[in-house]
Amino acid sequence: MNQTVEQVNQVIQQRYKAGFYTDIESDRVRAGLDEEIVAMISAKKNEPAWLLEWRLKAFHHWQTMREPNWAHLKVPAIDFQKIHYYAAPKQKNRPKSLDEVDPKLLETFDKLGVPLHERARLAGVAVDAVFDSVSVGTTFQKELKEAGVIFCSFSEAVQEHPELVREYLGSVVPFTDNYFAALNSAVFSDGSFVYIPAGTRCPMELSTYFRINARDTGQFERTLIIAEPGSEVSYLEGCTAPMRDENQLHAAVVELVARKKAKIKYSTVQNWYPGDENGKGGIYNFVTKRGDCREDDARISWTQVETGSAITWKYPSCILRGDRSAGEFYSVALTHNHQQADTGTKMIHLGKDTTSKIISKGISAGKSNNSYRGLVRIAKRAANARNYTQCDSLLIGKTCGAHTFPYIESANPTAKVEHEATTSRIGEDQLFYCRARGLDEEDAVAMIVDGFCKEVFKELPMEFAVEAKALLEISLEGAVG
Amino acid sequence: MLKINNLKVAVNGKEILKGLDLEVGPGELHAIMGPNGSGKSTLGYALAGRDGYDITDGSVEFEGQDLSELEPEERAAAGLFLAFQYPVEIPGVNNAYFLRAALNAQRKARGEEEVDSMTFLKTVRESIKTLKMDEGLLKRAVNEGFSGGEKKRNEIVQMAVLQPKLAILDETDSGLDIDALKLVAEGINGLRDGKRSFVVITHYQRLLDYLTPDRVHVLSDGRIVESGGKELSHRLEAEGYAFLEESAA
Ligand SMILES: Nc1ncnc2c1ncn2[C@@H]1O[C@H](COP(=O)(O)OP(=O)(O)O)[C@@H](O)[C@H]1O
Ligand SMILES: [Mg+2]
Repeated sequence: MNQTVEQVNQVIQQRYKAGFYTDIESDRVRAGLDEEIVAMISAKKNEPAWLLEWRLKAFHHWQTMREPNWAHLKVPAIDFQKIHYYAAPKQKNRPKSLDEVDPKLLETFDKLGVPLHERARLAGVAVDAVFDSVSVGTTFQKELKEAGVIFCSFSEAVQEHPELVREYLGSVVPFTDNYFAALNSAVFSDGSFVYIPAGTRCPMELSTYFRINARDTGQFERTLIIAEPGSEVSYLEGCTAPMRDENQLHAAVVELVARKKAKIKYSTVQNWYPGDENGKGGIYNFVTKRGDCREDDARISWTQVETGSAITWKYPSCILRGDRSAGEFYSVALTHNHQQADTGTKMIHLGKDTTSKIISKGISAGKSNNSYRGLVRIAKRAANARNYTQCDSLLIGKTCGAHTFPYIESANPTAKVEHEATTSRIGEDQLFYCRARGLDEEDAVAMIVDGFCKEVFKELPMEFAVEAKALLEISLEGAVG
Repeated sequence: MLKINNLKVAVNGKEILKGLDLEVGPGELHAIMGPNGSGKSTLGYALAGRDGYDITDGSVEFEGQDLSELEPEERAAAGLFLAFQYPVEIPGVNNAYFLRAALNAQRKARGEEEVDSMTFLKTVRESIKTLKMDEGLLKRAVNEGFSGGEKKRNEIVQMAVLQPKLAILDETDSGLDIDALKLVAEGINGLRDGKRSFVVITHYQRLLDYLTPDRVHVLSDGRIVESGGKELSHRLEAEGYAFLEESAA
């Protein structure tokens, strides 16, 4: 029955094309959060004792914390005891290969444009598909293995490579870091794990596709990417969820470790259900993403295109520890209707001659609110550190808001920090110019917005840039006129 | 082609065009001259359908069709082109991409097939060459960082590619040096085929020397106050608009 309701919704709101629900039996723990739930999740995953211990420590720490309230967001009270912290599609045995995966799941990812089966796989991209709390399959395992690359679900990594997980888990984002990171550390269920051996350039793009399906569940995934000295990897994540009237929580943690001369490029196309045009429903997206340029000459680059979620709270950051290490943050954040986003980055310069670059493009339409929040911190020993920040906001209509909160803390006089910010409205003159040349209003807006985002889109892998552009167009439908 | 009858246009509640009559036949080139603030650009905007330029009275027919019923993009697809006095910058949008999207949007609206990129590029390159422009401008963002003259010539390139039935050129010659002016005139003349019509808004006789208009009109305070052959433009050049006041007196 739910499915029919969803389908009707879908017809009404064609805009959110990923809004369907897959009717599949789900194995779900009871609602609520306590030690028993944490232990149950750990037991379901057959985890070693040290990991359960770590989860419990995180849980106890979380109990001492309060939700952050400093962001420019209105967050309705979340009842953490009403959430189911684990839901997984029922499968008799863990499938050993994609051939054993429930066809309904494969179909779901097919519909989302992420085919997992052999025939239709995305060319040159290995995909790990996460459905609610678990990974349902990873493509191109064999090819990657030949290159020495490990790309698997987090659960699998815990079983197969416990020493790596144990060494790096929480080493970039400790569970004490913030409220949602602590919560995630206690209850995380799956996610992706990547290990690139020294001197290896990953032979293909790696990608994880996150899908929330079950009702009243949260998704708490963890991603850990380790790039050994001289290695290189480009990783992309995409996310969608069904349309529902209730809000759902997504609190992920992503940790990146780049060793000497290693390069990690992490791209996100976030399209969680944003809620309807009256602000009903949608995903609360509270995410902690951080990369550690742990050794000299390491490079970490974040690119994000954020169009979904009712609320986004997210600051992908770089710790520039090694000398000459470099961090980049390219962001497009679009809010429409009643969406709220408070997003940006932190660039923490610790090493000498470290550089960082921040390009942020915020687009607000409807009654939405869009904030950029960025911290550039130069430590005392970070001689000759450089930062360049460019932060542009584009307003569509008169009922939305754009805000910029840059924080600069410099403890070294040789540092150079540049900040540029602009706020503009889509000009009536620009729209008229486009229309006078024959473009209709929607195409004109899409074109102007696309131009505004160009600097960020060009950082995305080709096929995802096309997707991101299409996504913006869909998200902006009805934004003018 | 174009029939304007007693046209009144208000901007922000203020009447700017106060009963304007103008008829342009197929293949004709009409020049409109007149002092600053007389309503020349307002006429162009009203014809192209800009929001806020409200037709309060009178009628505008384009090939027998009531223009006021059409959206700006529908007017463009129907064959109306306005070269802007101040072409607008669109940061980040590739100039060639923009023009091709515009052309294809018009073609689609007319039920024609889209042009392939080869044919398109060939056409653009030709007009770029005619106007002695740098091909690099195609790869830059629309009008962004273009010099004044480059912006104006870019409008002519757009016109050449879009092949309108009626082109309204709003002070396309302003700010051009004599060489650029000749090139723009060549661009316009190259498109005169006996069917396509032009309304050329200008302050200067210079451009008209190269264009040989069929009619010259003087617009003053929202009305056409004088019409004549090209000798009228010479008189304006020699005497300025001062004689208008005399004849009004
Ligand atoms: N957007 C506007 N709002 C108010 N007045 C305007 C606007 N645009 C033009 N005008 C006024 O309309 C009159 C005619 O302007 P315009 O058509 O630009 O003249 P021209 O092109 O002949 O110099 C001027 O008095 C000008 O101040
Ligand atoms: Mg003017």
